Amino acid sequence: MNRRRDTMPKRFLRFVVVVAIALACSHAAPIGAAQPPPGQAPESQSEFVPVNELPPADQLQAAPLLITAYAFVWVAVLFYVWTIWRRLGRVEKDMQALARRSQPR
Amino acid sequence: MRKFFAPLVIVATLMLAYAPVMIANALFESTMGLVQKIFYFHVPSWFAMFTAVFVSGIASGVYLFKGRRGADRVAFAAAELAVLFGAIGLVTGPLWARKAWGVWWIWDAKLTIAFLLEMTFLAYLLVRKYGGPGSEKLAAAMAIFGMANVPFVYYAVNIWRTIHPLTTVVPTLRPGMRGAFWFCVTAFMLLFLVLLTLRTHLEHRRAMLDDLYLSEEDGAA
Amino acid sequence: MFLKVALLVLRKDVIIEIKSREILFTTLFFSVSCILVFSFAFVSEGQAVGDVAAGILWIAIAFSGTLALGRTFERERYGETLKALLLAPVARPAIYLGKLLGVVILLGLAELLLVPLVALLFSASLFARPLLLAALLLTGTIGFCAVGTLFAAMLVRARTRDVLLPILLYPITVPVMIAGVRGTAALLAAPPDEPVATMWIGLLMSFDVVFVTLALWTFEPLMTE
Repeated sequence: MNRRRDTMPKRFLRFVVVVAIALACSHAAPIGAAQPPPGQAPESQSEFVPVNELPPADQLQAAPLLITAYAFVWVAVLFYVWTIWRRLGRVEKDMQALARRSQPR
Repeated sequence: MRKFFAPLVIVATLMLAYAPVMIANALFESTMGLVQKIFYFHVPSWFAMFTAVFVSGIASGVYLFKGRRGADRVAFAAAELAVLFGAIGLVTGPLWARKAWGVWWIWDAKLTIAFLLEMTFLAYLLVRKYGGPGSEKLAAAMAIFGMANVPFVYYAVNIWRTIHPLTTVVPTLRPGMRGAFWFCVTAFMLLFLVLLTLRTHLEHRRAMLDDLYLSEEDGAA
Repeated sequence: MFLKVALLVLRKDVIIEIKSREILFTTLFFSVSCILVFSFAFVSEGQAVGDVAAGILWIAIAFSGTLALGRTFERERYGETLKALLLAPVARPAIYLGKLLGVVILLGLAELLLVPLVALLFSASLFARPLLLAALLLTGTIGFCAVGTLFAAMLVRARTRDVLLPILLYPITVPVMIAGVRGTAALLAAPPDEPVATMWIGLLMSFDVVFVTLALWTFEPLMTE
């Protein structure tokens, strides 16, 4: 009965991590699709242009900042979930070791 | 809580999966352009951080004055999440600001409070780790004092003009953006709940392990 | 009864301090050397940069205060008197209040030395409005020490108490620093800006009220095992 309690969160943890990685990969397509409608953005606004068509702009490119921001969010959340997984694994291992030690008595 | 955990995870992951689609289709903001889309993750992560701060502060109060250890575990978990979501906000913010305002950082009320709260809860984590005996209570005091500090810092820093978008920007969001925004807020709050549950579970297992060690020592003695 | 206990604790600390003067002299000397280091950092071509005098004064107060707090409780830990104090059949918050008063007086004495020194070294007209400056310093010191005394008392048992005290204290006392520095800068302005300084004193007073109350309230549950 105890086993069901402790493996259920771990199973969901793995599920969360797998889905989260899939999501992170799926981000690439929609972000690429998020282009400004042509002609709506003012001239001085820097848009996502392919590198070989770069105008002699003195403005910052927005896309690298945007991509870095989203990437950071995903990396941070995934990293955190991973640390929980790792710590939980260690605690479970210790508990099992303890249970085994006290059993022969 | 256990009953709701599975559906909670599923809904949260589905929402976060759909979020990019909603963000991509949201209204394109003409003044700031593409970089404004950071807003859809930046602001919800601040919502999550403030929720974490208040959960931690209130749980700390319950722990200090009522002595409930379960509250201390929730406070610890929420403090870690406050640091996580705060870090997300503090990184995405300057990335947006660099393009929109031309500077990485500015000492206005909101950013200062954000930075300060991050420091406060990092201190909370440091005290838990290195504080020695009785550090749970000291950390709890830190969370409460940190929470109480917010209005003072806000008032103190607000005396000068601020160029940060005013809080009133949210009610005046253009309809094309509202959907994506509130969707992301909900997604982040669900993410917060999922992570809080997981982290509290970890603390709970640790406490069980400690009790087992103690009873083993008592049995051997 | 409550006040009597607090004053008893204060009297004990003052008597011990008068005999050895250890913490007083070392804190005074430390605050002066702080000012010295900042002078070299911020003075270029013989002139202080901008209006650093206010900032330097308050940083010196913060640093010396942190040290003084640590040392006061270190003395208790060394003599193992903290346990005795806690065993006494008195309201514990009274002990906190006595300790707080002791540290405020100590820091106040340091400020008596620091203010003329800063005024001298940076040609700052700190004595234009002495009463307002005194009120600012008093409320700021009380605010800083209110939080500091609580944390220092809790950290007595910790191994890493020396570095943890500033880590915990500085984020919480940021409003005190902001108000103190801006208020002092307002008083140093060409015609001293009294309304602004008064406003900052008001902020400090509400900070003091809230945080002393919070500290008194949490001292008891914090100090119990």
